Amino acid sequence: MSTYIAKRLLAAIPVLFGLSIIVFLIMAMIPGDPATAILGSYATPENVEKLNRDLGLDKPLPQQYLIWLGNLLQGDFGRSFTLNRPVLDEVLERFSATLILAGTSLVLCTVFGLLAGIVSAVRQFGWTDRIVTFFVLIGISIPSFFLGLLLILLFAVRFKLFPASGMYAIYGGGDLPDLLRHLFLPAVALAVIATGVIARLTRTAMLEVLRQDYIRTARAKGLSERKVIYMHALKAAMVSVVPVIGLQAGFVLGGAVYIETVFQWPGIGAMLVKAISTRDLLLVQGGVLFVAAAYVFVNLIADVVQSILDPRLKS
Amino acid sequence: MTTAVDTDRPADKHARRPSAWQLLMNNRLAAVGFYVIFVIVFVALLAPLLPLQDPNATSPADRLLPVFTDGHVLGTDQLGRDVLSRLVWGTRVSLLVGISASLLAALFGSLIGLVAGYWGGRADNLIMRGIDMLMAFPYILLALAIVAVLGPGLLNALYAIAVVNIPFFARNVRGVTLGLSRREFVDAARLSGKGHVSILLTEILPNVMPIIVITASTTVGWMILETAGLSFLGLGAQPPQADLGSMLGQGRSLLFTSPMISIIPGITVFMIVMSINLLGDGVRDTLDPRLRAGALNRPMPVTKINRRTTPEPPGDTGAAALSVTGLETSFESTAGPQPAVKGVSFSLRKGECLGLVGESGSGKSVTALSLLGLVASPPGVITGGTVTIEGRDMFTLSESEISAFRGSKVSYVFQDPLTTLHPLYTIGEQVAEAVRAHRPVGRSDAWSKAVELLKIVRIPEAEKRANAYPHELSGGQRQRVGIAMALADDPDIIIADEPTTALDVTVQAEILRLLQVLRQERGLALLFITHDFGVVAEICDRVAVMRFGEIVEAGNTAEVLGNPQHPYTRRLIACVPRPGQGRAFLDGVRELPPETGRTGRT
Amino acid sequence: MTTVDAISVSNLCKTFGGTRSLFGGRSHEIRAVKDVTLALNHGETLAIVGESGSGKSTLARMVVGLEVPTSGEMKIAGRDASALRAKGPRAFGQTIQYVFQDPVSSLNPRKTIGSILEAPLKRLKGYGGPRRRARMKELMDAVRMPTDALERYPHEFSGGQSQRIAIARALAAEPRIMVLDEPVSALDVSVQAQVLLLLEDLRNEFDLSYLFISHDLAVVEAISDRVAVMYFGEVVEVGSAERLFRSPQHEYTKKLISSAPRLETPTG
Repeated sequence: MSTYIAKRLLAAIPVLFGLSIIVFLIMAMIPGDPATAILGSYATPENVEKLNRDLGLDKPLPQQYLIWLGNLLQGDFGRSFTLNRPVLDEVLERFSATLILAGTSLVLCTVFGLLAGIVSAVRQFGWTDRIVTFFVLIGISIPSFFLGLLLILLFAVRFKLFPASGMYAIYGGGDLPDLLRHLFLPAVALAVIATGVIARLTRTAMLEVLRQDYIRTARAKGLSERKVIYMHALKAAMVSVVPVIGLQAGFVLGGAVYIETVFQWPGIGAMLVKAISTRDLLLVQGGVLFVAAAYVFVNLIADVVQSILDPRLKS
Repeated sequence: MTTAVDTDRPADKHARRPSAWQLLMNNRLAAVGFYVIFVIVFVALLAPLLPLQDPNATSPADRLLPVFTDGHVLGTDQLGRDVLSRLVWGTRVSLLVGISASLLAALFGSLIGLVAGYWGGRADNLIMRGIDMLMAFPYILLALAIVAVLGPGLLNALYAIAVVNIPFFARNVRGVTLGLSRREFVDAARLSGKGHVSILLTEILPNVMPIIVITASTTVGWMILETAGLSFLGLGAQPPQADLGSMLGQGRSLLFTSPMISIIPGITVFMIVMSINLLGDGVRDTLDPRLRAGALNRPMPVTKINRRTTPEPPGDTGAAALSVTGLETSFESTAGPQPAVKGVSFSLRKGECLGLVGESGSGKSVTALSLLGLVASPPGVITGGTVTIEGRDMFTLSESEISAFRGSKVSYVFQDPLTTLHPLYTIGEQVAEAVRAHRPVGRSDAWSKAVELLKIVRIPEAEKRANAYPHELSGGQRQRVGIAMALADDPDIIIADEPTTALDVTVQAEILRLLQVLRQERGLALLFITHDFGVVAEICDRVAVMRFGEIVEAGNTAEVLGNPQHPYTRRLIACVPRPGQGRAFLDGVRELPPETGRTGRT
Repeated sequence: MTTVDAISVSNLCKTFGGTRSLFGGRSHEIRAVKDVTLALNHGETLAIVGESGSGKSTLARMVVGLEVPTSGEMKIAGRDASALRAKGPRAFGQTIQYVFQDPVSSLNPRKTIGSILEAPLKRLKGYGGPRRRARMKELMDAVRMPTDALERYPHEFSGGQSQRIAIARALAAEPRIMVLDEPVSALDVSVQAQVLLLLEDLRNEFDLSYLFISHDLAVVEAISDRVAVMYFGEVVEVGSAERLFRSPQHEYTKKLISSAPRLETPTG
């Protein structure tokens, strides 16, 4: 088992390299003078020239990449010209906010998605199934940013149950209950689509598994229906559901861009949107790299969980 | 007709199959989705012809008029522009961008998938690693990064959305292509002289097309949603041009004062995406062969029972371990119930081996599964007859009562042990579970009983092998595990459904020998389902021959095989080549009379 | 003119896997066919018998050019196989054809029977439109199928009918040699007997040589002149069908014959 995990960890390294290459290439595709693009149009000519030299932009592309990567590995992500501070500092500060939001959403969508999917499969064509299917359909069709706005209108403006924006109250906030009150609406808005996707897939996976020959074998053994469903079918269904939960981490991390903007959550997503509109590309690059690495990590966990469930994957 | 010599069951000829379109429209939700999206597209297409105001004409005097104002049914926005007109024009833009992005993604993604899947090997590896890299980014983030570089704008958003969706198409198409290019018809086409390009375009593409359509119809909703999202963030459509996303984004600043300005485009996006999703699901259900005909219906724990007849079992059931009277089982289909077993009666005496033999579609397996209600239902229904074990009619029992019979009085051994053993539990766990199913046995006791059972079925190194998973065993060993599981609770009857069909002859001989020994040692009654007369001759005391859901002949094995009475039995036996017969066999076949009594597909 | 063997292979080997992976480890190596030497005489039926994993199907696929041997020599109708291969897939298809085990998977579900038969007639024989249509009808007659089958799709036919169609496609190339890979294993006994009879008749009618791959000894005995027994990639015994079944020499052949379930009924 541990050798398998070690193998998966090793396999993640080329993926991270690949990520860095793609990000590097995207940045290298910027039309016009990169230094001006990075520093903004108000940069002085001396600064532009210095940056060109620092970035090694006079050298061939592969060499540029290595220099760039070397800088990254030393923690040098460059300086944000709009914020006038190191990119790494800004990104690290905001990264924790994004992780809190996305992590909560991922937990919510996993728990509710699995529950809804299982109930809906077990009670196929019953009224619970119909209700779940209906809400799942709405969940996967509603734009999360629109849902966010609706939640604000309803729960923050109309009923005043939750704050409409931010992560902590400006006065007297800062403790956990305060964080949770602020977290509730954005986390729900972010989780809805992923919950729908997971619920749908769990339902399909359960129904597919329930038709397998080994389920008939379990019944022929005389096992109770509860055992057949929750021991035999669920375990097999989870093998195909777990990687999808990993994928949903990507949707949740990416969707944070909308939700953080709508709820003014001080995370990387909101930062990215601002950075893109001000063309602060070093900030964009730093943010993208961090979020993508987090996603790789979540998928790594999903891989390992899947291999624990399914012994066939190890051989 | 020159087909007289073909004894094969004729396939349903010209059975009127509803067209894909009819199937789609029969799906009520999909039809609703279709009509909604049809109306939306229709209105959007007609935008230039409709009596709408100029969507970009500002009128500061008429700012933020509420809905249902005269002249502005949906009110006006912060610049006094007519919301209705902007909505229709915005829908047009959103649809155009979303659909174009899907087409681009479908085109490039499918091409990549086809090439990778068909060539396989190194090219495939390289391409798919690249695709994996793209997929290692959170979806929306990659789109953002692309827009960040290209600069905000509607066209750039379109490219970004198309690029991030290419991997979905590439993966799906590649998977199907890979499977198809290993199919024998591709080899056959190669031997027919076709080159690679021709095979790819004329053999594989037509089979991949449904997958491309399914992927497109289930992702176009997403793409519309994502383009709206980029515009919402101000990275897509730039003023004065507006799509639904940018309308929503601009309305957001007025959320507290004039919520309708954001709610109206929001609901429109929602309606579009939902109707496309409904339609897309319908398209998927129609085109995906796996989803046709209720392949995703959850089978009930016990076959549905809806008996028209409940015949009394014959009086003398004392000697019978199992007696079946007038058993009828049907499969429900859209064309009405299709009978698979039509009034089958037989009895199995204690300690005897009865063979139930027949060709595919004869109903022999359905008969075996019906006995303890294991026919998948839906679509299976037991429509008549009684099955009596220990004086009780199996079809009157409750779910828990029938579970008490399963595995304890009557066990099953199934055909393909690779699919009938649970792939994720060790064989020891699976046997131990059978031990515990009917008795309050502790875990460790059950485990040692399981190891003991594995020894009985001659699994070498049983203590060690108990920890192995089914995929780590050979076919013959897996079937031994299946038998060990069946023996777990000392049953009186074992029903073996083609237990050796998936095995090599030498392994088959060993398994048959094992079954014989166990039967004699334990006094088991064995109901043996097979298509192979040789196996019947080897193991069965009595045999019943089935055809089209009926038993045509039954009796002692030696009598039936040596002196068959029914013409069908005679014919079947003549079709089995015998050792030592050599080429004389084919002469015998040539002289067979043409088959009679075709009753079509069962 | 019958001095040339239809197929002759010598010291033929096929190894799967064993390639170096990125990190220097070797992938698991499977020697599917080990040093096989065999000849199929003109006009005879040579059966290759073996259980799963014996390498019989790999051997068959090499003979028709669907797999490339790792080493060894192969002559098809007197011509060197590597020369045939160099000429492209057409050269193989014109001399030797293949009938697959699973008739359902060997017919493209989205093509009519007519267009399935058309490919070899057009590409291997170069026939024009009218000639192709005439040939298709003849082929349907040859395999005892009605000509209206040409406009229909594979799913409309049963297993036995599909196998007849697959045989017709192989015949369309007018080959001298046919490789039959378990052609009746997927069929019910009564259908199996009819297809065997058809194959026997076609062989006489078109002067064909058959390489007949099977795991079923009884079937093999009914149709073949000579039999080769394969075991883990090697040919362990070759002989005339009559001799081999009467007095098997190799231990494995004996085991195989004694394992086959038999109908112990008085003959006649």
